Amino acid sequence: MTASITGRVWKFGDNIDTDVLAPGLYMKGSIAELAKHCLEAVEPRFAKEVKPGDIVVGGRNFGMGSSREQAVMALHELGVGAVIAPSFAGIFYRNALNLGLLALVCPEAGKIRADATLTVDAVSAQLRDAETGETYAAEPLPPHLLQMVADGGLLSYLEKKLRVQQSREAQA
Amino acid sequence: MVQGMTLAEKLVARAAGVTQVRPGEVVIAKVDLAMMHDSGGPRRVAPMLERLQAKVWDPNRVVVISDHFVPAVDAESASILDLTRKWVKATGVTKFHDMQGICHVVLPERGHLRPGMFVVGGDSHSPTGGAFGAYMFGVGATEMCGVLVTGEIWLRVPETILLHWTGKLGLGISAKDMILAMCAKLGMDGGRYQAIEYAGETISTLSMQERMTLSNMAAELGAQAGLIAPDEVTRDYLLKAGVPASEIDITTWQADSGAAVAERHDFDASTLSPMVAAPHSPANSAAVTEHKDVTIHQAYIGACTGAKINDLRMAASVLKGRKVASSTRLLIAPASTRTTAEAAADGTLATLTEAGAILLASGCGACAGYGAGVLAENETCIASTARNFKGRMGAGSSKVYLGSPYTVAASAIAGRIADPREFLS
Ligand code: SF4
Repeated sequence: MTASITGRVWKFGDNIDTDVLAPGLYMKGSIAELAKHCLEAVEPRFAKEVKPGDIVVGGRNFGMGSSREQAVMALHELGVGAVIAPSFAGIFYRNALNLGLLALVCPEAGKIRADATLTVDAVSAQLRDAETGETYAAEPLPPHLLQMVADGGLLSYLEKKLRVQQSREAQA
Repeated sequence: MVQGMTLAEKLVARAAGVTQVRPGEVVIAKVDLAMMHDSGGPRRVAPMLERLQAKVWDPNRVVVISDHFVPAVDAESASILDLTRKWVKATGVTKFHDMQGICHVVLPERGHLRPGMFVVGGDSHSPTGGAFGAYMFGVGATEMCGVLVTGEIWLRVPETILLHWTGKLGLGISAKDMILAMCAKLGMDGGRYQAIEYAGETISTLSMQERMTLSNMAAELGAQAGLIAPDEVTRDYLLKAGVPASEIDITTWQADSGAAVAERHDFDASTLSPMVAAPHSPANSAAVTEHKDVTIHQAYIGACTGAKINDLRMAASVLKGRKVASSTRLLIAPASTRTTAEAAADGTLATLTEAGAILLASGCGACAGYGAGVLAENETCIASTARNFKGRMGAGSSKVYLGSPYTVAASAIAGRIADPREFLS
């Protein structure tokens, strides 16, 4: 993750659920296959046209429903740079950060224009519309979570921690 | 003098090894038990553990239940189940239930839960365990891997949202109607990822299975946990499940009388109607009378939410001596093999099949579009499951209404959404 991401905004409504993000019918197969159906029930163009670095802007309670991480992995697979919403479902939010996908709570997300080119600064949690210059404030992540996202998620974080432990044990 | 704590605070404080916690504070909790299923479990965590070259912190604290891809319908699902069996064996996990039913029902049925426990589950309906006075919540596979390696998890101490029920439920009205009414009132994010506690005289009269329905759908309220303080009903259930009496503490795990809750909502069971949720949200709930005359192609009694023994008995009480309409089909997937055995023993199963119900294997099945009973384009279904999101039970254009097992059974007889009270006396 770089500190700042710029991409096209894909805008969605309230209560986007995990069955829409990762439909059960495709859960047995590969993530690449599943990702082709990501959000297709609400926006059939999304999986076909989304580009790496694009930004998903959702409404309230984004990611509600199942605990399936594939909902995050599908967005990751498609190269989505960040997910912005006024509120997230708890498990999805934890999953996103655990997998290294930047998820920011932005009370004003509703004002962001569909199809805008948006720059997201992860550290300051500032969002900026490149065409209009309009800025939006998101809630910054606590430093340890920001670091975990920057590291690529919980697994990389654990990897580091275990390595430190092992080298300590080796020295003892 | 310590300030009074809510049940959620007491449970979290114990797991965090402290005497007092305050909402909003971040703590690290020790996990008493971790539950995984075949979909989010070994097939996802095994490669992660390998990458970390780490071992499971305590195989005795891990329960694995294969329920999503059961029984295997193709080579892919068969290999997921095979991988699960092999991993469990190699890891030394002995608490493994293969094709015995849906995890949230099998977990307490086999005596793994006790009041006071702190439990994580690799599934969003993990709040079901809250019905037993345990703090249980759902996590994704990566976070589960973290728990498996460390035996710990961080959480923000939740606020408590009290959902208080008084009055007696009428004939043909059940916990499912209560939770749909709460979804309609609070919305799918009303729980704000905090802890819900269900309380009041109505709750204390409910069976464990009915309480599990409420806790299960705390997930649909967007809460992290859905707690019910344990009582004699809890104790009786757990004793039957083989839990030693000495491990069932129903006195400690109660909210203090002066404990402060963040929100309180009151409900009256005596004025409640059978509720039906229209597509595509459980929060789209209204009295069944609002949805009458919706023609249905399929009626489905299944899932952790709506196919426990009492759910099957509700359906049987409506279907007794009647037939499923020829224009529709009624599929029933009992929540566990024990449920099936109980229903066979007391004649419930015979009543259901005589009415024309088609019995399916115990497992998640069509609930999330994984198994038998999925819907075609433009079909309409009424189901006793927890979720009716777009495309969840099959084709993208299919529509799912949610109702209690009474209402699903009544609708199967009528071939359209029907009020179960018309069939009961
Ligand atoms: S029955 Fe449905 S809701 Fe319950 S665990 Fe299985 S897929 Fe989830």
